Amino acid sequence: MTIKPASLLPGGNLMGYALLALLLLLVLPLALDLFRLNLIGKYLTYAFVAVGLVLCWGYGGILSLGQGVFFGLGGYAMAMFLKLEASDPESTKIQSTPGIPDFMDWNQLTELPWFWQPFHSFSFTLLAIVLVPAIIAMVIGLAMFTRRVGGVYFAIITQALAAILTILIIGQQGYTGGVNGMTDLRTLMGFDIRTDGAKYLFYYLCVLLLFGCLGLAHYISKSKLGRLLVAMRDKEDRVRFSGYDVAAFKIFVFCMAGVFSAIGGAMFTLQVGFMSPTLVGIVPSIEMVIFCAVGGRLSLIGAVYGALLVNFAKTSFSESFPELWLFAMGGLFIAVVMAFPNGLAGLYNSYVAPHLARLIARWLPATTEPAAVPAIEAKQPQGAQP
Amino acid sequence: MFAEYTTSELLSIFAMQGVAGLILFSVFVLMALGLAIIFGQMGVINMAHGEFMILGAYVTYLTSELFSAYLPDYFSSYFILAMILAFIAAGLLGALVEWLMLRHLYQRPLDTLLATWGLSLILQQAYRTIFGAREVGVTLPDWLMGSYPLTDTIELPINGLFVMCLALGISLTVGILMYRSRWGTQVRAVVQNRPMAGAVGINTARVDRLTFALGCGIAGVAGSAFTMIGSTGPTSGQLYIVDTFLVVVFGGAASLLGTIASAFTISQAQSTMEFFLSGSMSKVLTLLFVVFILMLRPQGLFSLKVRR
Repeated sequence: MTIKPASLLPGGNLMGYALLALLLLLVLPLALDLFRLNLIGKYLTYAFVAVGLVLCWGYGGILSLGQGVFFGLGGYAMAMFLKLEASDPESTKIQSTPGIPDFMDWNQLTELPWFWQPFHSFSFTLLAIVLVPAIIAMVIGLAMFTRRVGGVYFAIITQALAAILTILIIGQQGYTGGVNGMTDLRTLMGFDIRTDGAKYLFYYLCVLLLFGCLGLAHYISKSKLGRLLVAMRDKEDRVRFSGYDVAAFKIFVFCMAGVFSAIGGAMFTLQVGFMSPTLVGIVPSIEMVIFCAVGGRLSLIGAVYGALLVNFAKTSFSESFPELWLFAMGGLFIAVVMAFPNGLAGLYNSYVAPHLARLIARWLPATTEPAAVPAIEAKQPQGAQP
Repeated sequence: MFAEYTTSELLSIFAMQGVAGLILFSVFVLMALGLAIIFGQMGVINMAHGEFMILGAYVTYLTSELFSAYLPDYFSSYFILAMILAFIAAGLLGALVEWLMLRHLYQRPLDTLLATWGLSLILQQAYRTIFGAREVGVTLPDWLMGSYPLTDTIELPINGLFVMCLALGISLTVGILMYRSRWGTQVRAVVQNRPMAGAVGINTARVDRLTFALGCGIAGVAGSAFTMIGSTGPTSGQLYIVDTFLVVVFGGAASLLGTIASAFTISQAQSTMEFFLSGSMSKVLTLLFVVFILMLRPQGLFSLKVRR
């Protein structure tokens, strides 16, 4: 088998993933201290959401402003398990009711609510992280897409859902920990999650899971399903008239994005050690969209870089110029929409890739294949060019 | 639940809650009207709408400070001037934003959403830098303070009555402007068929800019009215943006009457439930109810029958 020059390009499939893997698995762990690496791990949990959004928004044309809901569901499911483990009767014996989480005790609850009970089991928790968001996404999708609600309306309704979940979490303090969220998480099945070793472990776990999601998303985007999604985005009626059930595809891709986000949320809880409603609401949900937009809404690898870069900028700006951060973020939103709608990946494809392709073609004169960027990645959503 | 109240007490409770709901309704109407014009007529999602509102509130605050410092004799009438200034300031900013940003994005409604969100972040930080992070309140002139006793147990707050009258006046003006004036005809023509409207000699770019400016100007007046009820901080606008969007979507985007009807439903539902449940639960239930209705009837309560 000869290697095509296109796949050797950093924007092409093989090389791009290899470079990303090299960066995340080797370069960053060697170059950064544990504190910074933990931060990178935190950024990578947002990359899960961004990858989901590439599928859902970039390919499917469904803009969800409520991905924080799924991120939160995953994160809270994991946090509930950890919280229950941290509040065994032994370590909570100073409470008036030992054996329940501390915030419940503060809110005069005397027994564990029913929906907390199954979270004693780790396997149930893992199932819940995947299934709860999938089911909720499916219900939302069934209600919306079968009735052909789309575009702007869908965006506003998902945003309202993010608002609802935040208000609910903050209002039901006794059941959810309220605005402080769930803090003071200690062990996972007896394994202390606050040690240095655990942080390395979770970082690598996070990277591996991210590559799992990337692989799945890549497979979907290259399959017939991916083509259909793009077709639906550009001319929904034609796909419908060709006999496809448009709603079913939309529901599937929305569920997929939801599950990715939930996995990211669960990894967030494990690495950062808390979960709070500030990661669920409208503002974080819409920020997650910008990670995806900065990376390029049609590029899976770009989404990861986008999440890393925007969050890195956010951290360093808020460390040194907290005043300027909102200006920079606002400017970024406007710039990414107006000046380069295809994000970093678009810039890369139009400026860097052709030069690299020429270089590689010179090194590999035997292959006659023209070095072209993959068709879908280069194709823009309809009307995306100003 | 009602056992400990007498009938007359119950009646006055419901009346007072009803009045509170009416005041909330007036604020919703003021906020949603501007948005309904922009979203319903132009199809632009203006996430910075709340910030235009806050601009109006800050203009009102500045005017009140100026009057109390330099023109204390005329303090009783500053509010009228403040509202006019708020309308002009927000409208001008709106026209500028339309010219710089939105006119390039009309083909991509989802992208206007992201761009205006960016704008809202910038405006928020600008307010924080200029006015400080603390919330500011205005001193109301005497004639807006106090309340009007209807019976022994029912009192009507005068500032609330004023907001209601304002909402009524502005709704009527917008209605007349949209459906009875030449300009309104042009706006609706552009909405229905842009190329044709251009072909018969309507300057569509100018219509767009004026429509957006008008919507933002109304937001400014809404913010001005808002200072009578609550205090203003840099992020106050963001608190209301989702509610306002739901009001507009629930009412049916292209219908002004629908916007008013849905503002009425949502505000009454919320203020009545607030009496029985906690504030957060009533909000959650109201939002869920709206989302549920929208799932059943995606086009909103009132919708134009258009053949596509």
